[in-house]
Amino acid sequence: MIRGDGLVQVSMKLEIRDSPGHLVAALLPISDIGGNIKTVIHEHNQENTNDFLSVEVVIEIPQERLESLINLFKEKGIRIQKIGQDRFSYQLSVIIIGHLVHTNLGDTVDQIDRTGYAEITHMNMAMPAINERSSAQFVIRSVTREDMDHALQILRTVAQEKGFLLIEPLEVM
Amino acid sequence: MRIAVLGLGSVGYGLLSSIVDKHPNLTITGVADSKSAGINPDGIDITSLLAQKKETGICGDPSLTARDVVTHAPYDLLVEVTPTDAGTGEPAYGYIKEALSRGAHVVTSNKGPVALYYNELHELAQKNNVSFRYEATVAGAIPILHVMQHDLLGNTITALYGVLNGTCNYILTRMAEEGLTYTQALAEARELGYAEADPTYDVKGIDAGIKLVILANTIFQKNITLNDVSITGIDLLTDDALRLAEHQDCTIRLIGEIVPGTDLFRISPRIIPKNHPLVVKGTLNAITISTDMAGDLTFIGKGAGSIETASAILGDILYISQGKCMD
Repeated sequence: MIRGDGLVQVSMKLEIRDSPGHLVAALLPISDIGGNIKTVIHEHNQENTNDFLSVEVVIEIPQERLESLINLFKEKGIRIQKIGQDRFSYQLSVIIIGHLVHTNLGDTVDQIDRTGYAEITHMNMAMPAINERSSAQFVIRSVTREDMDHALQILRTVAQEKGFLLIEPLEVM
Repeated sequence: MRIAVLGLGSVGYGLLSSIVDKHPNLTITGVADSKSAGINPDGIDITSLLAQKKETGICGDPSLTARDVVTHAPYDLLVEVTPTDAGTGEPAYGYIKEALSRGAHVVTSNKGPVALYYNELHELAQKNNVSFRYEATVAGAIPILHVMQHDLLGNTITALYGVLNGTCNYILTRMAEEGLTYTQALAEARELGYAEADPTYDVKGIDAGIKLVILANTIFQKNITLNDVSITGIDLLTDDALRLAEHQDCTIRLIGEIVPGTDLFRISPRIIPKNHPLVVKGTLNAITISTDMAGDLTFIGKGAGSIETASAILGDILYISQGKCMD
């Protein structure tokens, strides 16, 4: 997950030799390369009885150094079983009121999704009656804070064009 | 200090009652309501004036007017609490100008003239070396202007967020807590006297917008009008929207927002966590100020009411009479 400060949050499942000292040795490259370790999760209930154990780490690291870290692990013989990265780190919810279906709901969602930097990832809609205005909650996720501001600006324009009432969150201070 | 009072509606009546009860040393030399007026350089007997007002509906001599009091009564401070005209600010604007020009201090609860002509009136007061105070125009009993103009002087205020309209807050509270529709909650607010017969001014966010203009011009030295405030009211909200907010442990409140650095002036319904300090119930008002030194400060209190508004006015009067300010 990339944040406004350029750090990316990554979770990795590492295969580490199950003997003293190896866990610390495996984690060292992370801090050496300028990453922060957010959590380390041991998986004790493993089926394989060989000499290795799986450890999941969640780290924050500058985006451009992720590749070097992966290479460092390889050099040290630490196998990466799985690597997961969530592009979107910013999330907020808005509520939109209006004739949402009759004004092409797909288009409304598309206008955000096609930006590439923000997506509507969840929608919760209440439609009272056929000719009445419906209300929907959109969850928007974006790559950076600025992207979220842009996405909101697009939604404001769409709301104005389509005659919606857009209710934005008051960001918690 | 000799005081003249214009306007004897609920605020003026509440103020004079409080003066009789708590500050009998203040001398009232002139009083006017919409149909009559009384002038006495030695001081009017307020107890009998209030009794007369209650009994007959008028406070003094029908051949005298508010204009006579402003122009001819001897006073050092004019309290202007006549009904607000948000469009022209009159007749209050004329009364205030006349009093300041005479070299008298002015205290008002009247939003119209402050929102429309603050800079002019402020300059006129300075020129005449007198005070012009208007604490009661924003958030009723909460002494928010004084706090920002005096107590927080050393701070830079980076943003202000507020629940500035009790009628809207009452409607939204009832929609959220009882599942009422907007129409039902508005009808209830009317029955309880929280909403006017024509609620447009409140529910469309105009009243809150005017208060935002006052805050922007008096505290942040802007020179804006109501047209510079982006205003969305609560009249198009659905009960479904409140329920959707509820799913996230949030609710919806009408929030006024000023970010002076980017000239953002906005009144709009906002999704807000239910445990946020600005989420107050019923007709209460609340204001959060973000500052560089003191951090966030939140003030909560009654935004309207006869005695509550009188509290703000009396504060201004005593502040001036004790010689604490010339601003």
